[in-house]
Amino acid sequence: MILFDRVTKQYASQQRPALDELSVEIEKGEFVFLVGPSGSGKSTFLRLILREELPSRGSVWVAGKDLGKLSNWKIPTLRRQIGTVFQDFRLLPNKTVAENVAFALEVIGKPKSLIRKVVPEVLEVVGLEGKEQRRPDELSGGEQQRVAIARAFVNRPMLLIADEPTGNLDPATSVGIMKLLDRINRLGTTVVMSTHDSAIVDQMRRRVIELEGGQLVRDQSRGVYGYAR
Amino acid sequence: MRVTFVASEVGSGLRRNLTMTLAVIITVAVSLGLFGASLLVRAQVSTMKDFWYDKVEVSIFLCGKGSDTPSCSGGPVTDAQRDQIKADLESLKPIVESIYYESKAEAYQRFKEQFKNSPIVDNVSEAALPESFRVKLSDPTKYDVVASAFAGRPGIEQVNDQRQILDKFFRLLGGLQLVALLIAIAMLIVTVLLIVNTMRVAAFSRRRETSIMRLVGASNFFIQLPFLLEAAFAAGAGALLAIGSLMLTKAVIIDGVLAPSFQFTSFVGWDAVYTIAPIMFVTGVLLAGLAAFFTLRKYLRV
Repeated sequence: MILFDRVTKQYASQQRPALDELSVEIEKGEFVFLVGPSGSGKSTFLRLILREELPSRGSVWVAGKDLGKLSNWKIPTLRRQIGTVFQDFRLLPNKTVAENVAFALEVIGKPKSLIRKVVPEVLEVVGLEGKEQRRPDELSGGEQQRVAIARAFVNRPMLLIADEPTGNLDPATSVGIMKLLDRINRLGTTVVMSTHDSAIVDQMRRRVIELEGGQLVRDQSRGVYGYAR
Repeated sequence: MRVTFVASEVGSGLRRNLTMTLAVIITVAVSLGLFGASLLVRAQVSTMKDFWYDKVEVSIFLCGKGSDTPSCSGGPVTDAQRDQIKADLESLKPIVESIYYESKAEAYQRFKEQFKNSPIVDNVSEAALPESFRVKLSDPTKYDVVASAFAGRPGIEQVNDQRQILDKFFRLLGGLQLVALLIAIAMLIVTVLLIVNTMRVAAFSRRRETSIMRLVGASNFFIQLPFLLEAAFAAGAGALLAIGSLMLTKAVIIDGVLAPSFQFTSFVGWDAVYTIAPIMFVTGVLLAGLAAFFTLRKYLRV
């Protein structure tokens, strides 16, 4: 699903590379935690998967495609296969819950009949039935994140990228979000999630990839957040 | 492609950015108005050229009693000289289209007609007016051929080209047109800069939407289309305003004021306005579209 082959990412404004000769492979259907201190390269890792950045050296493969050789006009096609969730939800405040989810389909030209069918379905999956007409500011943080997950998942992507999705949520709410991501993973979507939340990582016991200074320092198949930290 | 979705995006974008939209509409209207006006002046000059060049003649004034140019030192023109000049003119066909001899009596009649309300008529006698050949050229620009052949010949006092008088006037109009065109170009540059800035602001104020669109895999075209349409719509509205004022100028100022006051000449017809209007519209929309397109390429990258 994802293959990093000796990837180095050097930003022009920084001396140290954000990623340094990183090689890692993530299989289809896996649930992977990406951990490490701030500045360890987690965000760069995710941005490379989304082809928001290009590697300085090495190559990144996603869904069988070498992203370095992907032409600009094919990038949208790649991103349609990837759902993305952020710490700050990134919802449109002037649209309702249903409209926020529908937006993701409207802008890729899906027909109205399909949108009317799948939006209620996915809102049910994330547990927001009955709140379709609410606006984001009327929802709790956990509910807003569920809307964001619904929007990321409505197109049934093969890969879900979650950048600290529980970073703004209290522990109880976080558990709910993790259950949802786990459910999405069981439906066949590969999930890559960066996090600082040790409790969640320790509880879920999934594969953990730890970065530090742009290098892979740990890759554990049923890992915990960190050694005696 | 969801037409209603794009249309609603365009509508909300225009409303959200109302002041900038209005600014774009007005600058487009003013710059295109000037642009159209300069094209109209050019059409006017060409109409007048067609009208007047068709009527202008080269006048060959023959020596009379009081003529004091060197070529008239032999006294008034003789019959032999007159016949020779006529024969030479005939030999210049087809450059010379027609030749008309105006006698002193006819010149006096014309003079009286021209100045019938002026006391000057009483002071001028038939003898004081020169006889002349009125020569019409097939191509008015070939004046030099006639001038070089006849100017300074014995019996000829003066060779006059009416076109030269008109040309001064046309040069004046041409200058006016150039000034209007230069202002129009300056205004069009201002318009382009304003559109560039408007697009920047629009792209910034909708960065949330566009970033989500990017993430869920909307195509570049789809992301940029609402912005492009907004720019094109504002420019189109401005162009229509400019075209409207151009038509108003034609109807009120040219047809209503100038044409009745200056009946001796012709003015541009509606056909010129109908030719200029689409040029203005296309220029405005295309310029705005291109300005927006290149700005968005910079600010809405994939």
